[in-house]
Amino acid sequence: MPSITITVNGREVTSEVEPRTLLVEFLREQLRLTGTHVGCDTSQCGACVVHVGGRAVKSCTTLAVQCDQAEVTTIEGLARDGVLHPMQEAFREHHGLQCGYCTPGMIMAAVDIVNRHGMPDEKTVREELDGNLCRCTGYHNIVKAILAAAEKMQGAGQPIAAE
Amino acid sequence: MYPFNYHRPTSVRQASALLGKSEDARLLAGGHSLLPMMKQRLAQPSDLIDLGLVEGLRGIELKGRTLQIGAMMTHAEVAASDVVREAIPALAELVASIGDPHVRHRGTIGGSVANNDPNADYPAACLALEATIVTNRRRIDADEFFVDMFETALEPGEIITKIQFPVPRRAGYAKFRNPASRYPLVGVFLAKRGGTVRAAVTGAATCVFRCKEVEDALNARFAPKSLDGVTVPTDGLNSDMHAGADYRAHLIVVMAKRAASAA
Ligand SMILES: Cc1cc2nc3c(=O)[nH]c(=O)nc-3n(C[C@H](O)[C@H](O)[C@H](O)COP(=O)(O)OP(=O)(O)OC[C@H]3O[C@@H](n4cnc5c(N)ncnc54)[C@H](O)[C@@H]3O)c2cc1C
Ligand code: FES
Ligand code: FES
Repeated sequence: MPSITITVNGREVTSEVEPRTLLVEFLREQLRLTGTHVGCDTSQCGACVVHVGGRAVKSCTTLAVQCDQAEVTTIEGLARDGVLHPMQEAFREHHGLQCGYCTPGMIMAAVDIVNRHGMPDEKTVREELDGNLCRCTGYHNIVKAILAAAEKMQGAGQPIAAE
Repeated sequence: MYPFNYHRPTSVRQASALLGKSEDARLLAGGHSLLPMMKQRLAQPSDLIDLGLVEGLRGIELKGRTLQIGAMMTHAEVAASDVVREAIPALAELVASIGDPHVRHRGTIGGSVANNDPNADYPAACLALEATIVTNRRRIDADEFFVDMFETALEPGEIITKIQFPVPRRAGYAKFRNPASRYPLVGVFLAKRGGTVRAAVTGAATCVFRCKEVEDALNARFAPKSLDGVTVPTDGLNSDMHAGADYRAHLIVVMAKRAASAA
């Protein structure tokens, strides 16, 4: 079995993996980081979104072996010293979730949107959420939360990436 | 997913040698067509040869009037490239519209072209722009490259290294998305170079093709109005639960008009 070394949420892990292990399986089953969800088997829902090398990707459509030597950030890696990341806080404040199933992927995608666009307008946020499905909220409050967080992240000069 | 052996070569030569060793070996680029197929057990490669570390497959360059894009450039990289946006803005827009941001972070031009999905966006741009697909062995014209559904002129052991696009005078792309899959139900790429117009259609048939009716109308005058009253025959067009052949034929003209206004 190939051995891989991945830095997950700042912690380096070396592990043997079967080549067919998906990144999401590695995170959930081997590292027990169960915040990253699986919502479909067609690569469409985005519940599994994490950051690899600072970019949002679907961990259900990435092999763990492809991430050898990469830096991975999951939803568990966003909060710092018990303080929620501004994006997590904004989702809470603006009711950007109901059942919460899509939320980890949604938040990782949202942080990526702000990383790439700075202060996006509403249309951009809606378009950029193309790869994340939510069955509960109707997206409205998710969009509100992302816009609010983007403003906070700019204004406070917060580090926008968790990486 | 069925088990497989995984390889991570660092040169095209090594990758090609590994490909030649087993009949059921497949290249892995961004994995965003291949891995979903493997998860559904629709593909069962014995070996995956990851191109991720292979040298010489990256980069974007304008050489004279030819735009050259390395096979492993992701959709996000191509869409964000100032060189591409300036040389062929319609191409940058097409790439920025593929899938969603996460797909664009992993999917590559080489993978998309090699896959030749009948609904993919890139093949329309390659065919309309008269692209050349460069492999480790030869240069293939787009006219010869796209053979049929998921079928290309690539031979066993052949690896796409880059794609070359001659810069057109004008170009435009418009598509009507399937609301569920978000792939184009019909997409039309128009390119005018040296006085002639090429119109390539994706999504409507089993493989990307050139549409004579649209080309004839636009060769008379390159303007949306030239397409008024033009009809496209339904022969060979797909009919499925998403759209009938007559609706697809209608959409070809509508998308061609939009592409002509955008060009
Ligand atoms: C949710 C979702 C939505 C999508 N939406 C769209 C869309 O709207 N429009 C669209 O066009 N596409 C869409 N795609 C497909 C996406 O663009 C794929 O990334 C792309 O088609 C394949 O590129 P890849 O790099 O991922 O290739 P892979 O999946 O790694 O490979 C695909 C095939 O090409 C072969 N191959 C790869 N690289 C080479 C090479 N250099 N030389 C020879 N053979 C090679 C592989 O062996 C394999 O057979 C979507 C995908 C997903 C998952
Ligand atoms: S689990 Fe649905 S896209 Fe990854
Ligand atoms: S909150 Fe339930 S799926 Fe989004």
